[in-house]
Amino acid sequence: MNSLVAAATPTTTWYLVLAAVLFGIGAVGVLVRRNPLVMFMCVELMLNAVNLSFVALAKRLGDIGGQTTVFFVMVVAAAEVVVGLGIIVSIMRRRPGATADDITALKG
Amino acid sequence: MELVVFVLAAAMILVGAVGVIVRSNPVHAALSLVLTLFGVAVLFVAQEAHFLAAVQVIVYSGAIVVLFLFVIMLLGVDRTEDITIEPFRIQRPLAAIVGLGVIGLVVASVVASRDVVGRGTGLEIPAVTEDGDSNIRQIARNLFSDHVFAFEFTSVLLTVAVVGAVMLTRKVKSGKGES
Repeated sequence: MNSLVAAATPTTTWYLVLAAVLFGIGAVGVLVRRNPLVMFMCVELMLNAVNLSFVALAKRLGDIGGQTTVFFVMVVAAAEVVVGLGIIVSIMRRRPGATADDITALKG
Repeated sequence: MELVVFVLAAAMILVGAVGVIVRSNPVHAALSLVLTLFGVAVLFVAQEAHFLAAVQVIVYSGAIVVLFLFVIMLLGVDRTEDITIEPFRIQRPLAAIVGLGVIGLVVASVVASRDVVGRGTGLEIPAVTEDGDSNIRQIARNLFSDHVFAFEFTSVLLTVAVVGAVMLTRKVKSGKGES
C-alpha cells in the first residue's frame, strides 16, 4: 500500500501533461468562440498552461530562472490584457454586439 | 497527500477551463476562469513557487478577471449569446481535431522525454523547510542580477500599455476633436 502511494506521487510529467491538456482546451476555445472577450479568456488559459509547465520544470531542474520567466509572462499578460480590452471597448462602442466575424478589417 | 492536492487542483483547472469555452454567458465564463486560475495557484504552491502563487491570485484572479468583468458589464454584453448557431459548419470538428492533435503531440513528446525529465526528485531549490522567504529571495536575486534590463524594460512596457489603453478608449469629442 505504501509503495502504491509512493508510486502515485505526482511527477513532473503529470504537471506537463496537465499543462498540455489546459493548452489544448484554450486553443480549442480560441478557435470555436466568436465573442472577442471569451477568446481573450482562452488566450489567458493558454498562458497559464505555459506558466504551469515553466514552474514544474523550474522545480525539476532546480533552476529559479523558470520562475523568473513566469513573472515576466505575467507582467506581459497584464499589459496585453489592458491593451486588448481597450481595443475591444473601442470596437464595441462603434458597433455593439460585434463578434469576431464582424471585425475582418483593421479599418473600422 | 501530494496526490490528493494534485487531483483536486487538476479537477478545478479542467472544470474551469471547460467552463470558459462552453458557457454561453461571458460573466459565467469569467467566473470559470477564476476557478482555473485558483487551481493553477494551488499547483504553484505544490511546486514550491510561493511568490508566483501569491502573484497569480493577486494579478490574475484579482486584477485581470476583474478587468474582464468590468469590460463585460461596461459594454453590456453580459447576456447569454446563442452558441448553437454555427455559421461556418466545419469549424468545430476542425477545432476539435486541432485541439486533440495539439494535446496528443505535446503529451507524446512529454511521455517520450520522460526519462530525460525524470521523476520529480531533483529538488535543488530550498523549500520552506529552511527559510520561509527563500523562494522570494532567490527570485529577487535572479531578477535583479541576471534579468535586470528585462525588468526595467517591463516598466517601459507597462507605461506604454497604460498610455495606449487610455488613448484607445478615449472618447473623441465631437466637433473639436478633429484637429
